[in-house]
Amino acid sequence: MKKSNIIMLLAAILPLGLFLFPLWKITLEAPQYPTPLGMYIHINDFSDANPHDIKNINLMNHYVGMKYIPEAIPEFKIFPLGIIITSVIGLLIAFKGNYKWFLGWFILMIALSAAGMYDFYLWEHDYGHNLDPKAIMKFTNPDGTQMGFQPPLFGSKDILNFRAHSYPQLGALFLALGIATSFIAFLIGKKIHKKSMTM
Amino acid sequence: MKNLFKLSIALVFIFTTYTSCNNSKSSDSKSGALADNVAEKVYVAPGEHDEFYAFISGGFSGQLSVYGLPSGRLFKVIPVFSQDAEKAYGYNEETKPMLNTSHGFVPWDDAHHPDISQTNGVVDGRWVFINGNNTPRIAKIDLTTFETTEIIEVPNSAGNHSSSFVTENSEYVVAGTRFSVPIPQKDMPIKDYKGNFKGSLTFISVEPEHGHMDIKFQLIMPGFDYDLAHPGRGVSHGWFFFSTYNSEEASTLMEVNASQNDKDFIAAINWKKIEEYVNNGGGTMMPTNYAHNVYDESTHMATSTMKKEVRVVNPSEVPGAVYLLPTPKSPHGCDVDPTGEYIVGNGKLSANLTVHSFTKMLDAIENKKFAGDAYGIPIINFEDVLAGVVEQPGLGPLHTEFDDKGNAYTTFFISSEVVKWKVGTWEVLDRQPCYYSVGHLMIPGGNSQKPWGKYVVAMNKITKDRYLPTGPEVTQSAQLYDISGDKMELLLDFPTIGEPHYAAGCPADLIKPRSKKIFNLEDNNHPYVAKSEMDTKVVRDGKTVHVYMTTIRSHFAPDNIEGIKVGDKVYFHITNLEQDYDVPHGVSMIGANTSELLIMPGQTETFLWEPKQVGVWPFYCTDFCSALHQEMQGYVRVSPENSDTPLKWSLGEDIE
Repeated sequence: MKKSNIIMLLAAILPLGLFLFPLWKITLEAPQYPTPLGMYIHINDFSDANPHDIKNINLMNHYVGMKYIPEAIPEFKIFPLGIIITSVIGLLIAFKGNYKWFLGWFILMIALSAAGMYDFYLWEHDYGHNLDPKAIMKFTNPDGTQMGFQPPLFGSKDILNFRAHSYPQLGALFLALGIATSFIAFLIGKKIHKKSMTM
Repeated sequence: MKNLFKLSIALVFIFTTYTSCNNSKSSDSKSGALADNVAEKVYVAPGEHDEFYAFISGGFSGQLSVYGLPSGRLFKVIPVFSQDAEKAYGYNEETKPMLNTSHGFVPWDDAHHPDISQTNGVVDGRWVFINGNNTPRIAKIDLTTFETTEIIEVPNSAGNHSSSFVTENSEYVVAGTRFSVPIPQKDMPIKDYKGNFKGSLTFISVEPEHGHMDIKFQLIMPGFDYDLAHPGRGVSHGWFFFSTYNSEEASTLMEVNASQNDKDFIAAINWKKIEEYVNNGGGTMMPTNYAHNVYDESTHMATSTMKKEVRVVNPSEVPGAVYLLPTPKSPHGCDVDPTGEYIVGNGKLSANLTVHSFTKMLDAIENKKFAGDAYGIPIINFEDVLAGVVEQPGLGPLHTEFDDKGNAYTTFFISSEVVKWKVGTWEVLDRQPCYYSVGHLMIPGGNSQKPWGKYVVAMNKITKDRYLPTGPEVTQSAQLYDISGDKMELLLDFPTIGEPHYAAGCPADLIKPRSKKIFNLEDNNHPYVAKSEMDTKVVRDGKTVHVYMTTIRSHFAPDNIEGIKVGDKVYFHITNLEQDYDVPHGVSMIGANTSELLIMPGQTETFLWEPKQVGVWPFYCTDFCSALHQEMQGYVRVSPENSDTPLKWSLGEDIE
């Protein structure tokens, strides 16, 4: 097996780390929460950073009319399937394909990840803006529009008395490494190919 | 005339030296205070934690208070033997059984001597035991929840004072009677006390896993007053020592008649030997009646069981298990040093402190150096058990605790001071005044094999002018001294609840990490729990109505109830659905003849309401729980007794 194919094999396996580690984490800090509230987003689940955090986030959020964080969302079925399928494709490529296929897989993964992020953004936007009209407390922006409570997609942001942080976790790192590794496999594969052409 | 002149000169001279000495003393302590900055030593910055927990009994308040040291800040008052309307202890249906006794519901007691459980002679921070003096009881407080979880009544006892002290692996918590009484109780003339009244010393076994208490045996001793006690430790592990007074066996004008004998006794009990005797079937089961009350954290409920017999042992049945050590003048505190070798008898009417030697005691027993016997119990020769005497340390010695450097600290009630002396050489090293009339003192771990000798807390009986006055009744008080150096240094006065009788302390790190934040709702097995709003309901059974209600920020479910009638017994079973740290909800109903409830997250509590008037009556949350706390309220419609208003309930919509 060529060196580049071995690297591609690694690239195809790395995203499976998403099944072991969370993808993302949203943390909410406030003075009354010396231990911040936190939620991990896994590829197939939401989970508490500390016991009962999601329940307590829901309790806070109901004051401004936000919906409860659902037990399950359709993405929890689609995302794992997507990762399994792309990993299988990656493995096939690693055994059968050449460097051009590596690039193809790289582009596919970039496209799918971007789509995933966009989907996450849409959910967040809806979660932060689609508020109960009978909300206990209604806040407006200075321009008179309804205030939204969307957590940041990436980074930190002040939302009323909370400071919200949204950052990728180990699972996302595995995915990113996998994608990056496939590009390295492509570069090395291309180099080897050129060498063999000139010989 | 000349002589009179001389005398007055001499008096003036003495007076001047005395006062100037006093002056120099006080100015010394002032400059000392400035030099070391005393305030800094007790300052715990906002948000910071204290180094030690101190559990200070409330004496006649019947409660146990939790303080931080060195700041002297009060964190919690744990209800133990007295009803507490704030926490509904003894008022709600769940905890009423905790105060049950063979005399019925006794809503008060006199809480005296807290002692923390030990493992290998070292304080382990799992439970605090404390005695109820008046209607003899021993309570156990769980230090994961800081709640009273067990109370056992002590039969054949009266004035449960030489209690509750634990052996070095918490094998037993020991309870000795102060008053001797007829055993079993019977109708007889008081004047026939002598020889007929008996004193019981009760050994209550502590189950190692959950700390459940069970009376293993009672030793039936002569009719003295058993004042205080301490277990042997290290070399003397397996023995227990009780101070006695009234060896005269008087029953009236005790202050005179019980103070006649030059020496009373410290009773030395080889409990290992008696345990072995009992394990082999020794002793007699005596019919009696006493309550054993256990609180179950999973059902959030207490149950009270009446027990009908107790195993009693007479000293004559187990030769070589009980001895009497003569000790001058009505000894009060009976304290054992960390090595277990020395037993200090604090003879409260004596000018000296008497210290017995455990090794000498064993030798005297071996060689039968006895001075006689009392009711068949050998009395060891005073000289053959005496280790040493601390000469003229002060007036009215009461209690002694120890540091980790071989020093002892004794309180003197009459001369109002703490005196530091050296164990072994018996020399007095330092003395500091107390304001005023100190009783017990406490060094964290100071009655175990491992004292943390950084501070001593003196608990005073009188404060007079020490604080802002509050009418005739003024606060009682504790005083904190730094004992890390050669000389003691007074750092802080702080007020206490009730009478600060005795205390137990330990490093905060032993307890802090195990302190519970919430009760898991999933683990709630209360028979009337509602684990979600879906489970809430109102059930009528004749004239009894059970309301399964929940609380969560910021509403009750249900919050509208109709169909209740005058003459009903309405039980509100309220489950707090919160699972967040420090979010209790409270509840109270207009006209309820009981206290509010204060319900911790995941807990269920019940109060009884018996409506007497037709109308629509509100209830509300009594703990400021959230931003919408003021909206956390509801209504109950009460109809006439013979009406047919249907039973209905709702939340968020009109009752249909």
